[in-house]
Amino acid sequence: MAKVKETARVICQEQLAEGVYSMWLDTTTISAQALPGQFISLYSHDGSRLLPRPISLCEIDPEGEAVRIVYRVAGKGTEEFSHYDAEDMVDILGPLGNGFPIKAAEGKKILLMGGGIGIPPMLAAFQAVKGEKAAVLGYRDSQMFLKNEFEELGKVYVATEDGSFGTKGNVLDAVRQNRLEAEMIFACGPTPMLRAIKDYAAQKGIVCYLSLEEKMACGIGACLACVCQSKEMDEHSHVHNKRVCKDGPVFLAEEVEI
Amino acid sequence: MNMKVNLAGVELNNPVMEASGTFGSGAEYGEFVDLNRLGAVVTKGVANVPWPGNPTPRIAETYGGMLNAIGLQNPGIDVFASRDIPYLKHYDTKIVVNVCGKSTEDYIEVVERLGDEPVDLLEINISCPNVKEGGIAFGQDPKAVEAITKACKAHAKQPVIMKLSPNVTDITVMAKAAEAGGADAISLINTLTGMKIDVNRRTFALANKTGGLSGPAIKPVAVRMVYQAAQAVKLPIIGMGGIMNSEDALEFILAGATAVAVGTANFHNPYATVEVIDGIAAYMEKNGIEDINSLIGAVR
Repeated sequence: MAKVKETARVICQEQLAEGVYSMWLDTTTISAQALPGQFISLYSHDGSRLLPRPISLCEIDPEGEAVRIVYRVAGKGTEEFSHYDAEDMVDILGPLGNGFPIKAAEGKKILLMGGGIGIPPMLAAFQAVKGEKAAVLGYRDSQMFLKNEFEELGKVYVATEDGSFGTKGNVLDAVRQNRLEAEMIFACGPTPMLRAIKDYAAQKGIVCYLSLEEKMACGIGACLACVCQSKEMDEHSHVHNKRVCKDGPVFLAEEVEI
Repeated sequence: MNMKVNLAGVELNNPVMEASGTFGSGAEYGEFVDLNRLGAVVTKGVANVPWPGNPTPRIAETYGGMLNAIGLQNPGIDVFASRDIPYLKHYDTKIVVNVCGKSTEDYIEVVERLGDEPVDLLEINISCPNVKEGGIAFGQDPKAVEAITKACKAHAKQPVIMKLSPNVTDITVMAKAAEAGGADAISLINTLTGMKIDVNRRTFALANKTGGLSGPAIKPVAVRMVYQAAQAVKLPIIGMGGIMNSEDALEFILAGATAVAVGTANFHNPYATVEVIDGIAAYMEKNGIEDINSLIGAVR
Protein backbone atom coordinates (compact mmCIF):
# COMPACT_ATOMS: atom_id res chain seq x y z
CA MET A 1 0.00 0.00 0.00
CA ALA A 2 1.44 3.32 -0.97
CA LYS A 3 0.65 6.76 0.30
CA VAL A 4 0.38 9.41 -2.39
CA LYS A 5 -0.26 13.09 -2.78
CA GLU A 6 -2.86 13.58 -5.47
CA THR A 7 -5.16 16.27 -6.76
CA ALA A 8 -8.76 15.41 -6.01
CA ARG A 9 -11.93 16.86 -7.54
CA VAL A 10 -14.74 17.98 -5.30
CA ILE A 11 -17.83 16.01 -6.33
CA CYS A 12 -20.21 17.79 -3.99
CA GLN A 13 -20.33 19.56 -0.67
CA GLU A 14 -23.17 20.28 1.74
CA GLN A 15 -23.58 21.70 5.20
CA LEU A 16 -24.92 19.13 7.70
CA ALA A 17 -25.09 21.25 10.86
CA GLU A 18 -23.74 24.52 12.19
CA GLY A 19 -20.06 24.54 11.17
CA VAL A 20 -20.18 20.89 9.99
CA TYR A 21 -19.68 20.08 6.32
CA SER A 22 -19.76 16.95 4.18
CA MET A 23 -17.59 16.72 1.07
CA TRP A 24 -17.20 13.90 -1.46
CA LEU A 25 -13.85 13.83 -3.25
CA ASP A 26 -13.11 12.07 -6.52
CA THR A 27 -9.73 10.41 -6.08
CA THR A 28 -8.12 7.45 -7.76
CA THR A 29 -5.20 6.01 -5.86
CA ILE A 30 -6.25 7.02 -2.35
CA SER A 31 -9.85 5.83 -2.37
CA ALA A 32 -8.93 2.51 -3.98
CA GLN A 33 -6.89 1.53 -0.93
CA ALA A 34 -8.46 3.47 1.96
CA LEU A 35 -9.74 1.71 5.10
CA PRO A 36 -12.23 2.79 7.78
CA GLY A 37 -10.45 4.75 10.51
CA GLN A 38 -7.77 6.07 8.17
CA PHE A 39 -7.50 9.75 7.31
CA ILE A 40 -6.37 12.07 4.56
CA SER A 41 -4.60 15.43 4.79
CA LEU A 42 -5.94 18.34 2.75
CA TYR A 43 -3.70 21.16 1.56
CA SER A 44 -4.98 24.72 1.58
CA HIS A 45 -5.00 26.74 -1.67
CA ASP A 46 -3.49 29.60 0.36
CA GLY A 47 0.31 29.24 0.39
CA SER A 48 0.56 31.04 3.73
CA ARG A 49 -1.01 27.94 5.31
CA LEU A 50 1.76 25.41 4.90
CA LEU A 51 0.50 22.41 6.82
CA PRO A 52 -2.12 20.02 5.49
CA ARG A 53 -5.22 19.44 7.63
CA PRO A 54 -5.72 15.82 8.75
CA ILE A 55 -9.38 14.77 8.39
CA SER A 56 -10.78 11.28 8.95
CA LEU A 57 -12.60 9.36 6.25
CA CYS A 58 -16.36 9.25 6.80
CA GLU A 59 -17.12 6.99 3.85
CA ILE A 60 -15.12 5.09 1.27
CA ASP A 61 -16.78 4.43 -2.07
CA PRO A 62 -16.95 0.62 -2.52
CA GLU A 63 -15.96 1.10 -6.17
CA GLY A 64 -12.77 2.78 -4.94
CA GLU A 65 -13.34 6.01 -6.80
CA ALA A 66 -14.25 8.50 -4.09
CA VAL A 67 -14.01 9.27 -0.40
CA ARG A 68 -16.21 11.36 1.85
CA ILE A 69 -15.05 13.61 4.65
CA VAL A 70 -17.27 15.24 7.25
CA TYR A 71 -15.45 17.94 9.19
CA ARG A 72 -16.02 20.87 11.51
CA VAL A 73 -14.74 24.35 10.69
CA ALA A 74 -12.09 24.84 13.35
CA GLY A 75 -9.85 27.50 11.80
CA LYS A 76 -8.91 29.27 8.58
CA GLY A 77 -7.95 26.09 6.72
CA THR A 78 -11.20 24.23 7.29
CA GLU A 79 -13.06 27.53 6.74
CA GLU A 80 -11.49 27.63 3.27
CA PHE A 81 -12.48 24.01 2.56
CA SER A 82 -16.08 24.78 3.54
CA HIS A 83 -16.33 27.19 0.59
CA TYR A 84 -15.30 24.64 -2.04
CA ASP A 85 -17.90 23.83 -4.69
CA ALA A 86 -18.31 20.89 -7.02
CA GLU A 87 -15.48 20.72 -9.61
CA ASP A 88 -13.01 22.61 -7.38
CA MET A 89 -9.68 20.83 -7.04
CA VAL A 90 -7.80 20.15 -3.81
CA ASP A 91 -4.48 18.42 -3.12
CA ILE A 92 -4.72 15.56 -0.66
CA LEU A 93 -2.26 13.15 0.95
CA GLY A 94 -3.28 9.66 1.93
CA PRO A 95 -4.43 7.21 2.88
CA LEU A 96 -2.79 7.85 6.26
CA GLY A 97 -2.75 5.91 9.52
CA ASN A 98 -3.76 2.37 10.36
CA GLY A 99 -7.58 2.21 10.57
CA PHE A 100 -9.92 0.16 12.77
CA PRO A 101 -9.35 -3.62 13.02
CA ILE A 102 -12.54 -4.52 11.14
CA LYS A 103 -11.64 -8.21 10.83
CA ALA A 104 -11.03 -8.55 14.57
CA ALA A 105 -14.60 -7.39 15.17
CA GLU A 106 -16.12 -10.16 13.04
CA GLY A 107 -18.60 -12.30 15.00
CA LYS A 108 -18.27 -10.03 18.04
CA LYS A 109 -20.94 -7.98 19.73
CA ILE A 110 -19.60 -4.52 18.97
CA LEU A 111 -20.45 -0.97 20.02
CA LEU A 112 -19.25 1.93 17.89
CA MET A 113 -19.14 5.19 19.81
CA GLY A 114 -18.66 8.63 18.32
CA GLY A 115 -18.70 12.00 20.03
CA GLY A 116 -19.05 15.30 18.17
CA ILE A 117 -16.74 15.53 15.20
CA GLY A 118 -15.50 12.06 16.20
CA ILE A 119 -18.75 10.68 14.77
CA PRO A 120 -17.84 10.76 11.02
CA PRO A 121 -15.09 8.09 11.03
CA MET A 122 -17.45 5.76 12.90
CA LEU A 123 -19.79 5.74 9.88
CA ALA A 124 -17.18 4.07 7.65
CA ALA A 125 -16.50 1.57 10.44
CA PHE A 126 -20.23 0.95 10.97
CA GLN A 127 -20.59 0.18 7.26
CA ALA A 128 -17.69 -2.24 7.33
CA VAL A 129 -18.16 -4.25 10.54
CA LYS A 130 -20.15 -7.46 10.29
CA GLY A 131 -22.07 -9.00 13.14
CA GLU A 132 -24.12 -7.73 16.05
CA LYS A 133 -23.45 -4.01 16.00
CA ALA A 134 -24.90 -0.84 17.46
CA ALA A 135 -23.81 2.79 17.32
CA VAL A 136 -23.84 5.24 20.21
CA LEU A 137 -23.60 8.85 19.09
CA GLY A 138 -22.98 11.84 21.33
CA TYR A 139 -24.02 15.33 20.21
CA ARG A 140 -24.05 18.76 21.85
CA ASP A 141 -27.68 19.38 20.92
CA SER A 142 -30.36 18.35 18.45
CA GLN A 143 -28.19 19.13 15.38
CA MET A 144 -27.63 15.41 14.91
CA PHE A 145 -25.57 15.22 11.72
CA LEU A 146 -25.19 11.75 10.11
CA LYS A 147 -27.70 10.17 12.56
CA ASN A 148 -30.07 9.09 9.75
CA GLU A 149 -27.23 7.47 7.85
CA PHE A 150 -26.22 5.41 10.89
CA GLU A 151 -29.85 4.36 11.38
CA GLU A 152 -29.92 2.87 7.87
CA LEU A 153 -27.15 0.49 8.92
CA GLY A 154 -28.21 -0.69 12.37
CA LYS A 155 -29.38 0.15 15.84
CA VAL A 156 -28.47 3.68 16.98
CA TYR A 157 -28.54 5.22 20.48
CA VAL A 158 -28.13 8.94 20.97
CA ALA A 159 -26.97 11.13 23.83
CA THR A 160 -27.17 14.93 23.76
CA GLU A 161 -25.41 17.23 26.20
CA ASP A 162 -28.45 19.49 26.46
CA GLY A 163 -30.90 16.58 26.70
CA SER A 164 -32.81 17.73 23.62
CA PHE A 165 -32.80 14.17 22.21
CA GLY A 166 -32.12 10.68 23.56
CA THR A 167 -30.21 10.33 26.79
CA LYS A 168 -29.16 13.57 28.47
CA GLY A 169 -25.40 13.41 28.90
CA ASN A 170 -22.63 11.60 27.05
CA VAL A 171 -22.27 8.34 25.14
CA LEU A 172 -21.56 6.34 28.30
CA ASP A 173 -24.73 7.69 29.89
CA ALA A 174 -26.59 6.32 26.85
CA VAL A 175 -24.81 2.97 27.20
CA ARG A 176 -25.84 2.70 30.86
CA GLN A 177 -29.41 3.91 30.35
CA ASN A 178 -29.98 1.41 27.56
CA ARG A 179 -28.07 -1.38 29.37
CA LEU A 180 -25.91 -1.94 26.30
CA GLU A 181 -23.37 -4.74 26.39
CA ALA A 182 -20.41 -5.38 24.15
CA GLU A 183 -17.42 -7.60 23.57
CA MET A 184 -15.64 -4.90 21.59
CA ILE A 185 -15.75 -1.09 21.35
CA PHE A 186 -14.52 1.24 18.60
CA ALA A 187 -14.59 4.93 19.57
CA CYS A 188 -13.62 8.38 18.37
CA GLY A 189 -14.26 11.73 20.01
CA PRO A 190 -12.91 14.32 22.43
CA THR A 191 -10.14 13.12 24.76
CA PRO A 192 -12.24 13.28 27.98
CA MET A 193 -14.82 11.01 26.31
CA LEU A 194 -12.15 8.58 25.14
CA ARG A 195 -10.59 8.55 28.61
CA ALA A 196 -13.96 7.66 30.14
CA ILE A 197 -14.57 4.94 27.54
CA LYS A 198 -11.11 3.51 28.19
CA ASP A 199 -11.87 3.27 31.93
CA TYR A 200 -15.33 1.79 31.26
CA ALA A 201 -13.91 -0.87 28.91
CA ALA A 202 -11.17 -1.76 31.40
CA GLN A 203 -13.71 -2.20 34.21
CA LYS A 204 -15.96 -4.38 32.06
CA GLY A 205 -13.14 -6.29 30.42
CA ILE A 206 -14.16 -5.15 26.92
CA VAL A 207 -11.61 -5.00 24.09
CA CYS A 208 -11.53 -1.34 23.10
CA TYR A 209 -9.98 0.59 20.21
CA LEU A 210 -9.74 4.39 20.30
CA SER A 211 -9.03 6.81 17.45
CA LEU A 212 -6.90 9.71 18.70
CA GLU A 213 -6.27 13.22 17.45
CA GLU A 214 -3.20 15.47 17.75
CA LYS A 215 -1.68 18.45 15.93
CA MET A 216 0.29 17.11 12.95
CA ALA A 217 2.82 18.42 10.46
CA CYS A 218 4.00 15.67 8.10
CA GLY A 219 1.20 13.12 8.66
CA ILE A 220 3.52 10.22 7.74
CA GLY A 221 5.57 9.59 10.88
CA ALA A 222 8.67 11.64 10.18
CA CYS A 223 8.37 14.85 12.19
CA LEU A 224 7.35 13.42 15.59
CA ALA A 225 4.89 16.25 16.30
CA CYS A 226 1.79 14.13 16.99
CA VAL A 227 2.94 11.70 19.64
CA CYS A 228 0.92 10.16 22.47
CA GLN A 229 2.25 8.33 25.49
CA SER A 230 2.16 4.57 25.12
CA LYS A 231 2.50 1.67 27.54
CA GLU A 232 4.65 -0.35 25.18
CA MET A 233 7.97 0.85 23.84
CA ASP A 234 7.35 2.68 20.57
CA GLU A 235 8.99 1.28 17.49
CA HIS A 236 10.49 4.60 16.34
CA SER A 237 12.25 6.23 19.29
CA HIS A 238 11.92 3.57 22.04
CA VAL A 239 10.65 6.22 24.48
CA HIS A 240 6.96 5.24 24.90
CA ASN A 241 5.80 7.88 22.44
CA LYS A 242 3.66 6.45 19.65
CA ARG A 243 2.98 8.53 16.56
CA VAL A 244 -0.73 9.23 16.15
CA CYS A 245 -0.36 9.69 12.38
CA LYS A 246 1.52 6.48 11.67
CA ASP A 247 1.23 4.06 14.62
CA GLY A 248 -2.41 5.25 15.02
CA PRO A 249 -4.70 7.07 14.87
CA VAL A 250 -6.44 3.88 16.11
CA PHE A 251 -4.88 2.35 19.22
CA LEU A 252 -5.85 -0.45 21.57
CA ALA A 253 -7.12 1.58 24.55
CA GLU A 254 -4.87 -0.08 27.13
CA GLU A 255 -1.88 0.79 24.92
CA VAL A 256 -2.17 4.56 25.31
CA GLU A 257 -2.01 6.96 28.25
CA ILE A 258 -4.62 9.60 27.52
CA MET B 1 26.05 20.06 -16.95
CA ASN B 2 27.67 19.52 -13.55
CA MET B 3 25.62 19.59 -10.36
CA LYS B 4 28.26 17.93 -8.18
CA VAL B 5 29.63 19.97 -5.31
CA ASN B 6 32.41 19.32 -2.84
CA LEU B 7 31.39 19.79 0.76
CA ALA B 8 34.34 19.62 3.16
CA GLY B 9 36.01 16.94 1.02
CA VAL B 10 32.85 14.94 0.41
CA GLU B 11 31.50 14.94 -3.13
CA LEU B 12 27.72 15.30 -3.35
CA ASN B 13 25.88 14.34 -6.56
CA ASN B 14 23.97 17.59 -6.21
CA PRO B 15 23.79 20.32 -3.58
CA VAL B 16 20.31 19.43 -2.26
CA MET B 17 19.66 17.68 1.05
CA GLU B 18 16.85 17.98 3.56
CA ALA B 19 17.03 19.73 6.89
CA SER B 20 17.49 17.69 10.06
CA GLY B 21 14.30 16.84 11.88
CA THR B 22 11.95 17.25 8.94
CA PHE B 23 12.69 13.90 7.31
CA GLY B 24 13.29 11.34 10.06
CA SER B 25 16.04 9.06 8.79
CA GLY B 26 14.51 9.01 5.33
CA ALA B 27 12.30 5.91 5.62
CA GLU B 28 8.97 7.77 5.73
CA TYR B 29 9.75 10.12 2.84
CA GLY B 30 11.32 7.23 0.92
CA GLU B 31 7.71 6.30 0.10
CA PHE B 32 7.42 9.53 -1.88
CA VAL B 33 10.88 10.35 -3.23
CA ASP B 34 13.79 8.29 -4.51
CA LEU B 35 16.43 8.90 -1.84
CA ASN B 36 19.12 8.10 -4.43
CA ARG B 37 18.36 11.45 -6.00
CA LEU B 38 19.31 13.52 -2.94
CA GLY B 39 22.80 14.97 -2.57
CA ALA B 40 22.67 13.79 1.03
CA VAL B 41 20.21 12.68 3.67
CA VAL B 42 20.54 14.58 6.95
CA THR B 43 19.14 12.57 9.85
CA LYS B 44 17.05 13.71 12.76
CA GLY B 45 19.27 14.67 15.72
CA VAL B 46 20.63 11.69 17.62
CA ALA B 47 21.90 11.73 21.21
CA ASN B 48 23.88 9.24 23.30
CA VAL B 49 20.67 7.90 24.89
CA PRO B 50 16.98 8.01 23.85
CA TRP B 51 15.26 11.37 24.45
CA PRO B 52 11.47 11.48 24.89
CA GLY B 53 11.07 15.07 23.65
CA ASN B 54 8.54 17.65 24.81
CA PRO B 55 4.83 17.37 25.74
CA THR B 56 2.22 18.00 23.02
CA PRO B 57 1.08 20.16 21.31
CA ARG B 58 4.50 20.29 19.73
CA ILE B 59 3.65 22.31 16.62
CA ALA B 60 1.57 25.28 15.56
CA GLU B 61 1.07 26.84 12.17
CA THR B 62 1.87 30.52 11.70
CA TYR B 63 1.44 32.83 8.71
CA GLY B 64 3.83 31.46 6.08
CA GLY B 65 5.56 29.26 8.61
CA MET B 66 5.27 26.99 11.61
CA LEU B 67 6.55 26.72 15.13
CA ASN B 68 7.87 23.44 16.45
CA ALA B 69 9.01 22.32 19.87
CA ILE B 70 9.55 18.61 19.31
CA GLY B 71 12.42 18.65 21.80
CA LEU B 72 14.71 16.32 19.85
CA GLN B 73 12.86 13.08 20.52
CA ASN B 74 15.23 10.38 19.28
CA PRO B 75 16.03 6.71 19.88
CA GLY B 76 19.65 7.25 20.93
CA ILE B 77 22.80 6.20 19.11
CA ASP B 78 22.47 2.42 19.70
CA VAL B 79 19.15 1.99 17.90
CA PHE B 80 20.12 4.62 15.34
CA ALA B 81 23.38 2.88 14.45
CA SER B 82 21.81 -0.57 14.19
CA ARG B 83 18.66 0.47 12.30
CA ASP B 84 18.87 3.83 10.54
CA ILE B 85 22.42 3.77 9.19
CA PRO B 86 22.02 0.32 7.55
CA TYR B 87 18.74 1.54 6.01
CA LEU B 88 20.40 4.61 4.50
CA LYS B 89 23.34 2.56 3.20
CA HIS B 90 20.96 0.98 0.68
CA TYR B 91 20.93 4.27 -1.17
CA ASP B 92 23.46 6.03 -3.35
CA THR B 93 23.46 9.21 -1.30
CA LYS B 94 25.71 10.71 1.34
CA ILE B 95 24.76 10.38 5.01
CA VAL B 96 24.94 13.38 7.33
CA VAL B 97 24.21 12.52 10.95
CA ASN B 98 22.90 15.34 13.12
CA VAL B 99 24.31 15.03 16.64
CA CYS B 100 22.71 16.51 19.75
CA GLY B 101 23.65 16.46 23.41
CA LYS B 102 23.05 18.00 26.81
CA SER B 103 26.75 18.27 27.65
CA THR B 104 30.08 18.26 25.83
CA GLU B 105 30.56 14.68 26.99
CA ASP B 106 27.23 13.66 25.38
CA TYR B 107 28.27 15.13 22.02
CA ILE B 108 31.68 13.48 22.20
CA GLU B 109 30.16 10.09 23.03
CA VAL B 110 27.97 10.19 19.91
CA VAL B 111 30.75 11.57 17.72
CA GLU B 112 33.08 8.77 18.84
CA ARG B 113 30.43 6.09 18.30
CA LEU B 114 29.90 7.36 14.76
CA GLY B 115 33.62 7.22 14.03
CA ASP B 116 33.45 3.58 12.96
CA GLU B 117 30.10 3.88 11.20
CA PRO B 118 29.79 4.33 7.42
CA VAL B 119 28.53 7.91 7.58
CA ASP B 120 29.99 10.77 5.57
CA LEU B 121 29.60 13.92 7.64
CA LEU B 122 28.58 14.93 11.16
CA GLU B 123 26.36 17.93 11.77
CA ILE B 124 26.66 19.17 15.35
CA ASN B 125 23.41 20.69 16.55
CA ILE B 126 24.31 23.59 18.85
CA SER B 127 21.21 25.54 17.93
CA CYS B 128 18.05 23.70 18.97
CA PRO B 129 15.88 26.25 20.79
CA ASN B 130 13.58 23.62 22.31
CA VAL B 131 15.71 21.82 24.87
CA LYS B 132 16.63 23.19 28.28
CA GLU B 133 20.18 21.89 28.33
CA GLY B 134 22.64 21.73 25.46
CA GLY B 135 21.33 22.79 22.08
CA ILE B 136 21.21 26.53 21.73
CA ALA B 137 23.11 27.07 24.99
CA PHE B 138 26.23 26.02 23.08
CA GLY B 139 25.39 28.17 20.08
CA GLN B 140 24.88 31.65 21.51
CA ASP B 141 28.30 32.23 23.04
CA PRO B 142 31.30 32.36 20.69
CA LYS B 143 33.64 30.85 23.31
CA ALA B 144 31.23 27.92 23.76
CA VAL B 145 30.90 27.50 19.98
CA GLU B 146 34.67 27.35 19.59
CA ALA B 147 35.08 24.97 22.52
CA ILE B 148 32.40 22.49 21.44
CA THR B 149 33.70 22.60 17.87
CA LYS B 150 37.23 21.81 19.09
CA ALA B 151 35.95 19.00 21.31
CA CYS B 152 33.98 17.39 18.49
CA LYS B 153 36.82 17.78 16.00
CA ALA B 154 39.26 16.14 18.42
CA HIS B 155 37.10 12.99 18.50
CA ALA B 156 35.56 12.95 15.01
CA LYS B 157 36.70 10.75 12.15
CA GLN B 158 34.34 12.43 9.69
CA PRO B 159 34.25 16.11 8.67
CA VAL B 160 32.34 18.23 11.18
CA ILE B 161 29.60 20.69 10.26
CA MET B 162 28.52 23.10 13.01
CA LYS B 163 24.83 24.01 12.78
CA LEU B 164 24.43 27.62 13.84
CA SER B 165 21.54 29.42 15.49
CA PRO B 166 20.07 32.62 14.05
CA ASN B 167 19.14 33.69 17.58
CA VAL B 168 22.33 35.73 17.98
CA THR B 169 23.30 39.37 17.62
CA ASP B 170 25.92 38.77 14.93
CA ILE B 171 26.04 35.51 12.96
CA THR B 172 29.55 36.25 11.68
CA VAL B 173 30.93 36.06 15.24
CA MET B 174 29.55 32.52 15.61
CA ALA B 175 30.71 31.50 12.12
CA LYS B 176 34.23 32.73 12.94
CA ALA B 177 34.15 30.91 16.29
CA ALA B 178 33.26 27.65 14.50
CA GLU B 179 36.08 28.26 12.03
CA ALA B 180 38.52 28.98 14.87
CA GLY B 181 37.46 25.73 16.53
CA GLY B 182 38.41 23.81 13.39
CA ALA B 183 34.97 23.18 11.85
CA ASP B 184 35.00 21.77 8.32
CA ALA B 185 31.71 23.44 7.39
CA ILE B 186 28.82 25.34 8.89
CA SER B 187 25.09 25.01 8.33
CA LEU B 188 22.59 27.78 8.90
CA ILE B 189 20.06 28.75 9.89
CA ASN B 190 18.33 26.67 12.53
CA THR B 191 14.91 27.97 13.57
CA LEU B 192 14.17 31.40 15.06
CA THR B 193 12.71 31.27 18.56
CA GLY B 194 9.05 32.28 18.49
CA MET B 195 5.76 32.10 20.34
CA LYS B 196 2.09 31.78 19.45
CA ILE B 197 -0.83 32.41 21.75
CA ASP B 198 -4.22 30.76 21.27
CA VAL B 199 -6.61 33.63 21.96
CA ASN B 200 -9.67 31.38 22.25
CA ARG B 201 -8.16 29.12 24.89
CA ARG B 202 -6.03 31.99 26.29
CA THR B 203 -2.97 29.82 26.50
CA PHE B 204 0.23 29.10 24.60
CA ALA B 205 -0.24 27.23 21.34
CA LEU B 206 2.74 25.02 22.23
CA ALA B 207 3.09 23.08 25.47
CA ASN B 208 6.71 24.28 25.54
CA LYS B 209 5.47 27.92 25.33
CA THR B 210 8.18 28.79 22.79
CA GLY B 211 9.20 26.99 19.63
CA GLY B 212 11.37 27.30 16.57
CA LEU B 213 9.96 29.25 13.63
CA SER B 214 10.60 27.79 10.20
CA GLY B 215 9.15 28.01 6.71
CA PRO B 216 9.13 30.69 4.00
CA ALA B 217 8.48 33.44 6.56
CA ILE B 218 12.12 33.20 7.70
CA LYS B 219 13.81 32.86 4.30
CA PRO B 220 15.00 36.47 3.87
CA VAL B 221 16.62 36.35 7.33
CA ALA B 222 18.32 33.08 6.40
CA VAL B 223 19.61 34.33 3.03
CA ARG B 224 21.01 37.45 4.71
CA MET B 225 22.80 35.37 7.37
CA VAL B 226 24.23 32.93 4.82
CA TYR B 227 25.53 35.89 2.81
CA GLN B 228 27.11 37.49 5.92
CA ALA B 229 28.68 34.20 7.02
CA ALA B 230 30.03 33.56 3.52
CA GLN B 231 31.78 36.94 3.61
CA ALA B 232 33.19 36.28 7.08
CA VAL B 233 34.63 32.76 6.83
CA LYS B 234 36.21 30.46 4.25
CA LEU B 235 34.22 27.42 5.35
CA PRO B 236 31.70 25.82 3.00
CA ILE B 237 28.13 26.59 4.03
CA ILE B 238 24.93 24.54 3.93
CA GLY B 239 22.20 27.14 3.55
CA MET B 240 18.67 26.58 4.79
CA GLY B 241 15.64 28.37 6.15
CA GLY B 242 12.33 28.44 4.32
CA ILE B 243 13.37 26.89 1.01
CA MET B 244 10.14 25.97 -0.78
CA ASN B 245 11.35 25.65 -4.38
CA SER B 246 14.39 25.81 -6.64
CA GLU B 247 14.33 29.60 -6.88
CA ASP B 248 14.64 29.80 -3.08
CA ALA B 249 17.49 27.27 -3.16
CA LEU B 250 19.30 29.27 -5.85
CA GLU B 251 19.10 32.40 -3.70
CA PHE B 252 21.06 30.60 -0.99
CA ILE B 253 23.63 29.27 -3.48
CA LEU B 254 24.11 32.71 -5.02
CA ALA B 255 24.49 34.14 -1.49
CA GLY B 256 27.36 31.75 -0.85
CA ALA B 257 25.99 28.33 0.11
CA THR B 258 27.77 25.27 -1.32
CA ALA B 259 24.76 23.11 -0.51
CA VAL B 260 21.18 23.70 0.58
CA ALA B 261 18.68 21.94 2.82
CA VAL B 262 14.92 21.71 2.33
CA GLY B 263 13.04 21.53 5.62
CA THR B 264 9.49 22.63 6.35
CA ALA B 265 8.65 22.41 2.63
CA ASN B 266 8.59 18.61 3.00
CA PHE B 267 5.44 18.95 5.13
CA HIS B 268 3.81 21.12 2.48
CA ASN B 269 4.91 18.90 -0.37
CA PRO B 270 6.53 15.49 0.22
CA TYR B 271 8.13 15.72 -3.24
CA ALA B 272 9.77 19.11 -2.47
CA THR B 273 13.39 17.87 -2.38
CA VAL B 274 13.39 16.30 -5.84
CA GLU B 275 11.39 19.19 -7.28
CA VAL B 276 14.12 21.57 -6.02
CA ILE B 277 16.80 19.41 -7.70
CA ASP B 278 14.87 19.30 -10.98
CA GLY B 279 14.23 23.05 -10.78
CA ILE B 280 17.91 23.87 -10.29
CA ALA B 281 18.78 21.68 -13.30
CA ALA B 282 16.15 23.43 -15.40
CA TYR B 283 17.49 26.86 -14.34
CA MET B 284 21.02 25.86 -15.30
CA GLU B 285 19.84 24.51 -18.65
CA LYS B 286 17.81 27.62 -19.40
CA ASN B 287 20.63 29.99 -18.46
CA GLY B 288 23.44 28.00 -20.07
CA ILE B 289 25.25 27.30 -16.81
CA GLU B 290 27.69 24.40 -17.18
CA ASP B 291 28.77 24.05 -13.57
CA ILE B 292 26.75 24.76 -10.45
CA ASN B 293 29.96 25.72 -8.68
CA SER B 294 30.04 28.89 -10.79
CA LEU B 295 26.87 30.02 -9.00
CA ILE B 296 28.14 29.58 -5.44
CA GLY B 297 28.56 33.04 -3.92
CA ALA B 298 28.18 34.66 -7.34
CA VAL B 299 26.21 37.57 -5.91
CA ARG B 300 28.43 39.84 -3.90
